[in-house]
Amino acid sequence: MPSNEEVFEKVREALMDALGVDDDEVTPEATLVGDLGAESIDFLDIIFKVEKAFDIKIEREELFPEDVLSNAEYVQDGRVTEAGLAVLKERMPFADLTKFEENPIVQDFGNLLTVQDLCNYVSTKVA
Amino acid sequence: MRWFLIDRFTEFVSKQYAVAVRSISLSEEAVDEYVPGIPAYPSSLIVEGMAQTGGILCSQISDFEQRMVLAKIMKLKMNAEAVPGDLLTLRAELQTHTADGAVIRGVVHRGDFVLAEMQLMFAILDDDRFQNIQLFEPAGFCRMLRVLKLFNVGVKEDGTPIKIPEFMLEAEQAELSVG
Repeated sequence: MPSNEEVFEKVREALMDALGVDDDEVTPEATLVGDLGAESIDFLDIIFKVEKAFDIKIEREELFPEDVLSNAEYVQDGRVTEAGLAVLKERMPFADLTKFEENPIVQDFGNLLTVQDLCNYVSTKVA
Repeated sequence: MRWFLIDRFTEFVSKQYAVAVRSISLSEEAVDEYVPGIPAYPSSLIVEGMAQTGGILCSQISDFEQRMVLAKIMKLKMNAEAVPGDLLTLRAELQTHTADGAVIRGVVHRGDFVLAEMQLMFAILDDDRFQNIQLFEPAGFCRMLRVLKLFNVGVKEDGTPIKIPEFMLEAEQAELSVG
């Protein structure tokens, strides 16, 4: 099983390649969308590269729970409900949702995922 | 495909690779008028030609039932311009194929010279978000694949010929009946 440093290095390489960013931009705290400029189509590229780097299979819904965010049962007036937050937490144990919980606007969800979250996710898959 | 940016397939092995050729002519508007007085084939059209070669390679895996679109130019290196009289050979190799999309590596040769290298990503339009969007009308798409000689050279991995999908034949038949 790769160490945390090894996971970070490989994820960093994938992000540099997919997003055309410099290595010093890819910090653990950097958000994929806000800080690194990832657009929706880049996520498919990132998934392909991370899958190849770690020889793992990634289901898109695991990283990007679009089905929850577009489900009327979990979203009201553009905000994720308590029930929706519970589902997200269960589905995404690798992500820190503390900030999002304070003001769970669906539109802001896209900018939630950080490099560290992605590393945490990969670690659960390679464990 | 609104424009044909490849002339025909010369090799096509399902799930593996496709080779197409493209001859560059001064009579083409894009060659003659792109930079008046300095005829050259726009590099963007070389990429688009590879997208057509690779896109058909990827789309054939599902018997052309999945809707596949060029999503991203992951890498691109152009080593020279193509000019009138050039015969380009475009080779697309399938690198990744999943339920969400595919990646191909493309190399364009002019004779032995590597004119361009690229890596292209295609996305599959899913039914949830892209309902009722038809990229190609089946009879017209079938006609285009026939013109490109796909069914003349295309083989499956076991070497048996790629057949024209039933839904395309039915669409062609329906078109003929109406006519």
